[in-house]
Amino acid sequence: MSREPVIVGIGLSDYPKAPHLSSAEHHAQAMQRALADCGLKKAEIDGYASAGMGDESGQPIVMAEYLGIDHRWIDSTMTGGSSFEFHVQHAQAAIREGLCDTVLVTYGSNYLSRMGRTLGTGGFRRTKKVSGPMMFEAPYGLSLVGAYAMVAQRHMHEFGTKPEQLAEISVGVREFAGLNPDAMYRDPISVDDVLRSRMIADPLHKLECCVVSDGGGAFLMTTEERARDLGQPPVYVLGAAGGQTHWNISQMPDFTVSAAAKCGPEAFGQAGVRPQDIDVLQFYDSFTITVLMLLEDLGFCPKGEGGPFVAEGHLRRGGRFPLNTDGGGLSSSHSGMRGIFLIIEAVRQLRGQAGAAQVPDCELALAAGSGGWLSGIGAVVLGKGGRG
Amino acid sequence: MDVIRGQEWQRTIPDPDDTQRPFYEAAARGELQYQRCADCGHAQFYPRAVCTACGASPGWATASGRGTVYTFTVVRQNFLPPFKDELPYVVAMVELEEGVRMMTNITGCPPEDVHIGLAVEAYAVECEEGLAVPFWRPVSS
Repeated sequence: MSREPVIVGIGLSDYPKAPHLSSAEHHAQAMQRALADCGLKKAEIDGYASAGMGDESGQPIVMAEYLGIDHRWIDSTMTGGSSFEFHVQHAQAAIREGLCDTVLVTYGSNYLSRMGRTLGTGGFRRTKKVSGPMMFEAPYGLSLVGAYAMVAQRHMHEFGTKPEQLAEISVGVREFAGLNPDAMYRDPISVDDVLRSRMIADPLHKLECCVVSDGGGAFLMTTEERARDLGQPPVYVLGAAGGQTHWNISQMPDFTVSAAAKCGPEAFGQAGVRPQDIDVLQFYDSFTITVLMLLEDLGFCPKGEGGPFVAEGHLRRGGRFPLNTDGGGLSSSHSGMRGIFLIIEAVRQLRGQAGAAQVPDCELALAAGSGGWLSGIGAVVLGKGGRG
Repeated sequence: MDVIRGQEWQRTIPDPDDTQRPFYEAAARGELQYQRCADCGHAQFYPRAVCTACGASPGWATASGRGTVYTFTVVRQNFLPPFKDELPYVVAMVELEEGVRMMTNITGCPPEDVHIGLAVEAYAVECEEGLAVPFWRPVSS
């Protein structure tokens, strides 16, 4: 039992706008804050995982050098925004097996400062020639939002899901953003506000799309034994599983089912809990439809009933399954790959350190990351206590 | 299917490998092809060097060029040329009669006329000498 894997330190770098930080500096600042959070020394880190896009800061082998990590275990798994849920799956197994004792996971990006906000809802960069699977999509000008919009359109067609039901997701997450002084957008919004915002790609409106921000995060995992004399209560990794149905959106086998339908039950099974036992949800909310798909596929409601389920207010503050208590990607921050923030906010909740957004009696949290276009899904069940 | 030649091609040009090149060459001849595995019968698109079902090397089959819209979106924001000048436009997944799906634009009708289940037919536009890219339009147009 002493090698039971736990999360002990968390840190966020400056967000949502941090023009003074490069992507590598986001990694560094987040790591420093995670170490200070729990009292671990950097020299104790012997495992490292990271993922990213764009410049060299997205390459773990580069960042291990930059940060000065003397690792005997490294994980470069890159599944898009869900990478960090996969890192937890891999790191917890490595710690149990004794391949390493203390794992650092980092992410950092100056996405907003570097790119400007327009590209977030735009299309793929034009190149004269394109090879690989993308060549069967790129000539048609599908935007990133458009890929998710096609999922939403099919969901509405098959199940009668309504725009106002999807909009409710944005409204609830914004309410939590109002409690986070650092969130990018904090003013309350209504369902009507969402539906009146500009249509970006039918049926998704502007206020159903995540923000574009700067930001980074870090967390530290170690053994239950090492955690005993650290400065923070440990958070236990009770279950962690991942899966993939496709990468490019045109290859999605069924546009209404994600890999969460497989990895969700696996993660719950490891943890020995059911969806209804979970106290707080941290879901990748790249778009409203992402949340709806994860809710259904992870078993919080039957397939196709996500719309009415959401409309009943379960995801709201004070609801049965409060969602994205930091304000999520929809209102707080989205610096390109948000999966690490899901883990960090889940830990804050389980420690009871979430301030005004604290969910009472929070014992179990679920972090569910979605990478690509609902392509690679990672589900992590975290608990205040260990297994059974 | 119809092949439109001599139009200026402003979009990304596909750069196929040897397995994928016959798809674009066939389209330039007016044939819409997809892969079918001789070993297990699995149909697939996009073309690639293995059958995703059994791992064998798949062969080619010719599609009827008829299908229906499986899902779609109307893209209203895209900052990249040439698409920014074509807004709003429809991107769709078309399910072929043979069961495979392809991404496409739906042309030849206003975006508001596109719906899931719409019957569509393929045509091709030459993007380079001897290579063409398929598009789809409503059957009636």
